[in-house]
Amino acid sequence: MAVGLPENIFITKLDAAANWARSNSLWPMPFATACCGIELMATAASRHDLARFGAEVMRFSPRQCDLLIVAGRVVMKMLPVLQRIWLQMPEPKWCISMGACACSGGVFDTYAVVQGVDRFIPVDMYVPGCPPRPEQLLAAVIEMQAKVRRTGTVMGREFAIRDTPVGPTPFDMDERYRIQDANLVQLGGFSAAATGTALKGPANHG
Amino acid sequence: MPLTPVDTLETESAEREYVWTLNFGPQHPATHTTLRLVLTLDGEKVLNAVPYIGYLHSGFEKLGEHLDFNQYVTIVDRMNYLSPLANEIAWHHAVEKLLGIELTPRCRYLRTILAELMRMHDHLLNLGTTALDLGGFTAFLYFFQQREHIYDIVELASGQRFHTSYTRVGGVLFDVNTDWVNRVRKFVREFPRVYEEVDRLLTKNRIFVDRTKGIGYLSREDAINFSAAGPVARASGVERDLRRDEPYLAYADLDFDVVCSKGGDCYARYLVRMQELLESLKIIEQAVENIPGGPVNIGVETDMVLPAKPAVYRSIEGLIQHFEVIMPNRGYDVPREQVYAATESPNGELGFYIVGNAETRAYRARTRPPSFIHFSMFPHLIRNHQLSDVVAVLGSINIIAAELDR
Amino acid sequence: MVELSVLQERFGSGITEHVFRDNRRVDVPAAVLFDVLSGLKTDFGFSVLIDLTAVDWLEYEGATDRFTVVYLLLNMDSGERLTVQTALNLPNPTLTSVYSLWKAADWMEREVFDMFGITFTGHPDLRRILMPEEFDAFPLRKDYPLKGRGERHNFPVITRSGS
Repeated sequence: MAVGLPENIFITKLDAAANWARSNSLWPMPFATACCGIELMATAASRHDLARFGAEVMRFSPRQCDLLIVAGRVVMKMLPVLQRIWLQMPEPKWCISMGACACSGGVFDTYAVVQGVDRFIPVDMYVPGCPPRPEQLLAAVIEMQAKVRRTGTVMGREFAIRDTPVGPTPFDMDERYRIQDANLVQLGGFSAAATGTALKGPANHG
Repeated sequence: MPLTPVDTLETESAEREYVWTLNFGPQHPATHTTLRLVLTLDGEKVLNAVPYIGYLHSGFEKLGEHLDFNQYVTIVDRMNYLSPLANEIAWHHAVEKLLGIELTPRCRYLRTILAELMRMHDHLLNLGTTALDLGGFTAFLYFFQQREHIYDIVELASGQRFHTSYTRVGGVLFDVNTDWVNRVRKFVREFPRVYEEVDRLLTKNRIFVDRTKGIGYLSREDAINFSAAGPVARASGVERDLRRDEPYLAYADLDFDVVCSKGGDCYARYLVRMQELLESLKIIEQAVENIPGGPVNIGVETDMVLPAKPAVYRSIEGLIQHFEVIMPNRGYDVPREQVYAATESPNGELGFYIVGNAETRAYRARTRPPSFIHFSMFPHLIRNHQLSDVVAVLGSINIIAAELDR
Repeated sequence: MVELSVLQERFGSGITEHVFRDNRRVDVPAAVLFDVLSGLKTDFGFSVLIDLTAVDWLEYEGATDRFTVVYLLLNMDSGERLTVQTALNLPNPTLTSVYSLWKAADWMEREVFDMFGITFTGHPDLRRILMPEEFDAFPLRKDYPLKGRGERHNFPVITRSGS
């Protein structure tokens, strides 16, 4: 080829260029609910300094962000809020589930806590720990950047593939728990009918 | 979508059509946590605020009925996550009162030092983020650096930097060593310099003072009627500090002042917290130089604490004792009684109401959460202030959602 | 210190006392509870309601009543603490609200209502505080399972292509 390029012009793929730009300027949306939120603050603060990896622009409006960091446990009352925030974020967007509670419910296997946000929103990266150390979150952000570079496409075609939520089917697990608990709990001298509870969840969240 | 942004709100001023409603939270950076306010505004003036909480209700008290006294400490940790160890100390303080345990002097001093470090831990973050919300980023960074030093200290003692789960019934998980003591000494030596810097940055800063002085006024009568405790009550002139009034741990031996103010506004609460940092430092300084020797746990013959590892590995008695503590069907005698015991946590009176039921877990483990009680007076504090004062008041009463909702 | 005999003389002999370690507790019949509490506040200086909570005695061996509601009081001047307790039963556990005495009781009573289903008459705004409005069980009752009855899974799922 006889076509000469001036020395300050590169030829690359559009996908690669977009990925390079996106991965080095991730704007996190800190969805900080509990303890992990403090470690998220520590990650952004003096000693650990998230800014070194180009992800320090914490925007508190989901409409300006492309990386959702779910830090802390998400409970029944909060989950619709989380889903709404996820829907408000513009494409392309990614999600880091930070800490044991966000990944799986953690130590809070109780009536109110959602057993892993990945059952209800898509999650790209899991950070274990209760709470994870700031170094772990930094590693996750770096890994996230690598993932964006590796799999990203300019039109977001990679998102079309994953269509099913991960994690066990919630209702199977639930039925099992219910049977298990019914065997464990033996009502004492008080009337069970008078407790006035019915097997119904918050129905109008749909 | 499922979430209804604004609930139907009844206000007496609803007929005034220029009154508008603003939804604040539940995911808002200035709340630091997950709480939601529905504000009724007249221009920028807040006519009414209706808090909605429960966005982090995780069933702590229900879990407390299913986990034993030592296991539940890991859950209690996650209650006020700005000062995890203070919760542990409060929890085991109540449990030990139920069981009638007298701690060893070394343990009492050790826990005192940790409790005071946690008070500083909590106040440092609170002051830093209050400044951050009011536009001063520097103080946040300076104070967070000091928090990292406290993290290092507790990590050296317990092996975990955040949720330490360090206390146990009748003692603590591990004893500390000279390294640890030196680390605390170093912290005590170096902290005042940073304190001075932040003090110079904030205390007489025109913007900071203007944003906080006269804002969120709480009178002494209201503070008592609303059951306020801790720095919030003391800033309103209530002279009550459980460390002095109902001495627990080693506080009776130590010399410190109870910081009070008559201001009652956000600035007074800021000043009380700043001064308490110095008082805590004073307590740590005295306690760390006077840690008594001897064992850190109570005797193994009570079957309440784990025996030393060499005894477990090398003798049958030690192994049996270890199992006696660990096995769920063994355990020790727990009175079938109800007990309430409280400590002065960084946020105020943190108490636990425990019902014992002859087994090593609580039949009912009720927390008296200071944040919950302080937040219930928020509508009273914010009424007729400006919208921008919401963050100042929220910061000054230090709401921790996990403690608020449990 | 409030003598038991003084209370009995004033509010009837149904009041009993129980002391464990430094905690002193008086058991009061529900009918006179409000009178006792307002008397304690105005005449005996118990100006602070430290906490208000309830206990479900369903699985407690030897318990005779289903619930007790517990009021922890503090005398700010003398530092004296007193626990007042009253027993309630199904199907209609109801007490008089103490909001008129202590404003702090507002949220505490709402929480007890939310968690145990005990209603307080005269409360200005008695609705759920921690659980969602649509929730229809009372989680801290002993017959409610720790892991719930499936409410925590009852949400729509958002997938990648769906968002």
